[in-house]
Amino acid sequence: MDNIENLATRFQERIDAGEKIEPKDWMPEKYRKTHIRQISQHAHSEIVGMLPEGNWITRAPSLKRKLGLLAKVQDEAGHGLYLYSAAETLGISRDEMTQQLLTGKAKYSSIFNYPTLTWADIGAIGWLVDGAAIINQVMLTRTSFGPYARAMVRICKEESFHQRQGYEIMLTLCNGTPEQKEMAQDALNRTWWPALMMFGPRDEDSPNTKQSMAWKIKRKTNDELRQQFVDITVPQAEFLGLKMPDPEIKWNEERGHYDFGAIDWDEFWQVVKGNGPCNKERIAARQKAWDDGQWVRDAALAYSAKKSENEEKSNGIKAQRSEGKIA
Amino acid sequence: MSNKKEWPLFEIFIRSKNGLEHRHAGSLHAADPTMALENARDVYTRRQEGVSIWVVESKDIHASNPEQAGELFEPAKDKVYRHPTFYELPIELKHI
Repeated sequence: MDNIENLATRFQERIDAGEKIEPKDWMPEKYRKTHIRQISQHAHSEIVGMLPEGNWITRAPSLKRKLGLLAKVQDEAGHGLYLYSAAETLGISRDEMTQQLLTGKAKYSSIFNYPTLTWADIGAIGWLVDGAAIINQVMLTRTSFGPYARAMVRICKEESFHQRQGYEIMLTLCNGTPEQKEMAQDALNRTWWPALMMFGPRDEDSPNTKQSMAWKIKRKTNDELRQQFVDITVPQAEFLGLKMPDPEIKWNEERGHYDFGAIDWDEFWQVVKGNGPCNKERIAARQKAWDDGQWVRDAALAYSAKKSENEEKSNGIKAQRSEGKIA
Repeated sequence: MSNKKEWPLFEIFIRSKNGLEHRHAGSLHAADPTMALENARDVYTRRQEGVSIWVVESKDIHASNPEQAGELFEPAKDKVYRHPTFYELPIELKHI
């Protein structure tokens, strides 16, 4: 007989064998819930992430930069859509997810609660924030839930231009006037630590990590991913001629990794809890978009209803005509 | 003249392997979705081509008009800035 324990054992065996789980497969309730939480949080991050960058579209310094940034923000809307759709396969509706975001029940990446003060921030975001996101997302292309993994493959393919776009902005600024280079340095200084926080709490403070690894929701721990990011990024900063805003960053020959300083976790938790510089502004912007869009959603439904009503009417007339009831 | 209705057409989508998406395999006629699934099993997965089947009644699929392909898809042609190669970075740079 298929009791819950047998099902759970069989489920774990499938995961261990590297099989993907699909929406109609049996899954433990916690696996479903964890995915709804994680995928919707990921989707919300894509959507809220459009706000800090959208801030600079009208003020991009050239047409080329404007087109690049516009295309990037447009991609993020698309990525949000792929992810919302993946979450919907687990039995939550789009409107429910939106409400969870607006009421603060669902979170999004805390990096988007920081302001974009200068044009260089757009460069730093592409380079560092997208860089950190890519490391996480490349891992997630091998996650155990099929729709999520497939959405990630698509996203990673599209994402590759985002980081190059950002780094090219940084490179241009660093090869420019001393003021421009200073602006790039300032953006790195402000973005670095929040970018490191994107990987989430330390492994010892992350109670879900063990289960997430066992279910192959995650394939690497927060600290492993963070280290990978530091190792990749430090040489890239050196190439720009910028100074890392962490005096403790140093190559450790023995470990084969860069050592780096302690993260201010109080700041992280403050921002997660809603007290970051832009939390209120971001949610207010999403609330406004939701409210202002209400008449558009209503109008589209009204139009659709009217159209099918007209079709029914004309089909009725055709039927009567063919039966010879009317001329 | 027969007044019997013709069976509707169904489009068949097959997931070839665990982890992959369903892809369109072809179509067949059936009296209802259950029969469509059974027949799709017999027609399209005789040699273990699939691990999962979707059937969708053809009339429920709305397709773009091939005559409009130009206006639909050409605008993406000159948007080179959507591709990574548009952004010029030195080759000695790694992992980017």
